[in-house]
Amino acid sequence: MWQNYLFPATVQEALEMLAAHGGQARIIAGGTDLVLQSQRGQCAATVMVDITRIPGLDAIEERDGYITIGCQVTHARIAASPLIRQKAEVLALACGSVGGPQTRNVGTLVGNVVNALPAADGAVALFALEAEVEVADADGRRWLPIAEMYAGVGECTIDPCVQMVAAVRFRPLSDGWASAYQRLANRKALALPILNTAVVVGLEEGVCSEVRIAVGPVAPTPFRAREAEAALAGQPPTPEAVVRAARLAAEAANPRDSVLRGSRDYRKAMVEVLVRRALTEAVTKAMP
Amino acid sequence: MLLEMILNGKSVSVEIEPGDLLVQVLRERLGLIGTKIACGEGECGACTVLVDGVAVTSCIYPAMKAHGRRVETIEGVAQDHELHTIQQAFVDHAASQCGYCTPGFIMSAKALLDVNPQPTRDEIVAGISGNLCRCTGYYQIVDAIEDAARRMGEGR
Repeated sequence: MWQNYLFPATVQEALEMLAAHGGQARIIAGGTDLVLQSQRGQCAATVMVDITRIPGLDAIEERDGYITIGCQVTHARIAASPLIRQKAEVLALACGSVGGPQTRNVGTLVGNVVNALPAADGAVALFALEAEVEVADADGRRWLPIAEMYAGVGECTIDPCVQMVAAVRFRPLSDGWASAYQRLANRKALALPILNTAVVVGLEEGVCSEVRIAVGPVAPTPFRAREAEAALAGQPPTPEAVVRAARLAAEAANPRDSVLRGSRDYRKAMVEVLVRRALTEAVTKAMP
Repeated sequence: MLLEMILNGKSVSVEIEPGDLLVQVLRERLGLIGTKIACGEGECGACTVLVDGVAVTSCIYPAMKAHGRRVETIEGVAQDHELHTIQQAFVDHAASQCGYCTPGFIMSAKALLDVNPQPTRDEIVAGISGNLCRCTGYYQIVDAIEDAARRMGEGR
């Protein structure tokens, strides 16, 4: 399957290994998706550059007003992290719903983003957190908004044969803010989401000062329901206002008919249900 | 490539291909066929082993990731020809029917009890949620793990 398996000691060395192989080498982290892609002929690279032993990329930390998560951090660690559960609960819930325990023990949040699937639980939560992604390549390191990572279904703008993602970061939720995650799947574990939604709500003096609604997979990338957010922003979060926002989210969602996930009509109808539940839950948690 | 690991408490060095998965090394190069392959895509847990105490699906786990690590398989669970308490509890509760998934369940149960010796029933269910069984309906498996935790608690 592969010709070589390398463990760089630094980010610089990882990038040099990629460059030395001219497109034949790519970054691997947990490999929970990549191994299968290689077996199915969906990954041409034959040299794996494993970044999971580079020192300094395994932290979950709060610093300079951001929570930063290194590219080695697994879903299991995020789901169990007291910092994330307290200040970005939606991400802990999303990461805790990926696959089963074994997948969460190995697969990374950054890998979830680089795979660029519109249903990826962790990525959908990162859209609601308005996360940024730190890209490292020959030009140095820079932070990009997460939405810029996506070129289409399963297509990341990051080229893992040339570049790597070192970390993701986002602002912790402020006081008076809360988040919620809702997921519809055939089973409670080891099941792809039919739909998922991540919301963040901020309340100030009885009205919504911040509303973010991310939904997957209802578009080629994780989807922000902007009309629904705008309809609820500045309003008191009454049940009627929440229902109205959930309806707008469902109207804007554009899911496909899917053998795996159900019909377009069913899933559009369920977007309203999930968004309503998530908003209601977040509003309740945000109440003083 | 040379893979060196601590396998069931013993140092092992084995020559492997860079693309070998851990389950292939265990079964085909080292003859440890207790670890099963079923789905082959990390969806069923039959191939579960522990790496540094953490449960992983060895069918999608590049073998080189185990380099320098501590690996435990079902063959390392029983000591001196005596079943581990978890294994004995599986026998006593008929938690195994066809048995193909059982090594994976035992390893997931061990990963759970090693860090959480007195789990609630819900924690047990969550701990084995990455393992599928098509025979038992799971109740006997959860009963067995619950009983194993109780017996191991009494032994301490």
